[in-house]
Amino acid sequence: MTATIITITSGKGGVGKTTTTANVALALAEQGDKVVCIDGDIGLRNLDVVMGLENRIVYDLVDVIEGRCRLKQAMIRDKRMNELYLIPAAQTRDKSAVTPSDMVRLGDQLRDEFDWVLIDSPAGIERGFRNSIAPADMVLVVTNPEVSAVRDADRIIGLVEAEEKGPAKLVINRLNIDLVKRGDMLTAEDVVELLAIDLVGIVPEDESVVVSTNRGQPVVMEANTTAGQAFRNIGLRLKGQEVPYLDLDAKKGFFHSLSNMLRSGGD
Amino acid sequence: MQNSEMIQDKKISIKIKGIRDGLLISLGEGDWSIVQEELLKQIEERSAFFQGARVALDVENHILHAAEMGTLRDKLSDSGVSLWAVISNSPTTERTSQMLGLATRISKPKPERVIRSQRKSTSLSGDNAMLVRRTLRSGFKISSEGHVIVIGDVNPGAEISAGGNVVVWGRLRGAVHAGVSGDKNAIVCALEMMPKQLRIDDVIGGLPLKPDKKKHALPEVAMIKGGQIVFQEWNQRERGK
Repeated sequence: MTATIITITSGKGGVGKTTTTANVALALAEQGDKVVCIDGDIGLRNLDVVMGLENRIVYDLVDVIEGRCRLKQAMIRDKRMNELYLIPAAQTRDKSAVTPSDMVRLGDQLRDEFDWVLIDSPAGIERGFRNSIAPADMVLVVTNPEVSAVRDADRIIGLVEAEEKGPAKLVINRLNIDLVKRGDMLTAEDVVELLAIDLVGIVPEDESVVVSTNRGQPVVMEANTTAGQAFRNIGLRLKGQEVPYLDLDAKKGFFHSLSNMLRSGGD
Repeated sequence: MQNSEMIQDKKISIKIKGIRDGLLISLGEGDWSIVQEELLKQIEERSAFFQGARVALDVENHILHAAEMGTLRDKLSDSGVSLWAVISNSPTTERTSQMLGLATRISKPKPERVIRSQRKSTSLSGDNAMLVRRTLRSGFKISSEGHVIVIGDVNPGAEISAGGNVVVWGRLRGAVHAGVSGDKNAIVCALEMMPKQLRIDDVIGGLPLKPDKKKHALPEVAMIKGGQIVFQEWNQRERGK
């Protein structure tokens, strides 16, 4: 087994990196793959909260790096799935406790035992970001259809290319169909045209994401949500399957422009 | 064998001096891996001195690619040294540092650089230009004392600053400053002209012809006319002047 290491990053904060990491991890685990998530946001950890595993943390990433525990001891198993693990971030330290070479070493240790290693990167372009992308085989850039988020995503894509980790892949999160139809929000097409990288998923704005995040129960686990389905599709696309994009609007007409967009914008 | 290595060791010169922005380390000639090893060794030996230092590297004629420079930066950061600038005589190395978001000059420009810029161009052989063949994403900055040609898009948040003209074979959506050192005749051309800001010399530009257009844009040229920046479609202009 040799894992693909995927780093989820965005530049701007609050666009849904952690939500995407948790949901894509569950989606892949649901398919029977062995998955481990690493929270790269040392000092501001929250992947454990979103995954509902906070109460089981004993050791964390920094304990592993500094040799206070074995790697296995820091891996919290998610009981909802067969093979899903989390390595939480330390809350009492900061980004400088870990170096990019530590992360590369950690990634290499995990590679043999898993199908996927997902790293949740902190916002920003400093040490935490560099730590997170150092071991990556693939980088997922999450953005919202907002000018500021897209600008930061563009910067991140440039940095990823400069580190020779590119080309990154794109997830557009929190697309609000009503706003797009009124012309008040960037369309997925606008975003793809500007960033010019491959799209792996469009996740619609969905209240159930907020509800499930607060409950520590990622939205992928809820059967009838469009956001959950969108994340499940991202998992399938990462596994190399061709999955059509969701019809985010019940009414026809818009669907055509959307599917046209996907044909030109997707891969 | 041992002997020759020793001699080589001695040849590598690493000069360290304090500047306003931290430390300036000049690396001499020699095989890059040996030079880098020597530098890291010196830093390790005097780790108390280097801890937390902001360092600018003058790599002179060494040609460095992203992998090498990235590795060095990470190694330095492992030993508590933050690299903020790489100065070089090689355009390849300069481009690499720009790509990694490092500065390529420290506050006081090197004297030889100034001399080079004063050299008048010879019209017959054409002017020197910097050619960049990639998309300039947000945060990238290209600066040149000559002309700048970009084959690719210039995204919002990217900046170009040129002593001469700027040509963008793609969409221009970032900020451009042409004729930086007082050339009022400088022009800016782009296949799709939608800059966030356009400056020529000290004039800040107005709006392109159809700022809202998205599709089927015609190539445009921006230049100073009557003290203002005006935009014209390329096919209206006499070609190439």
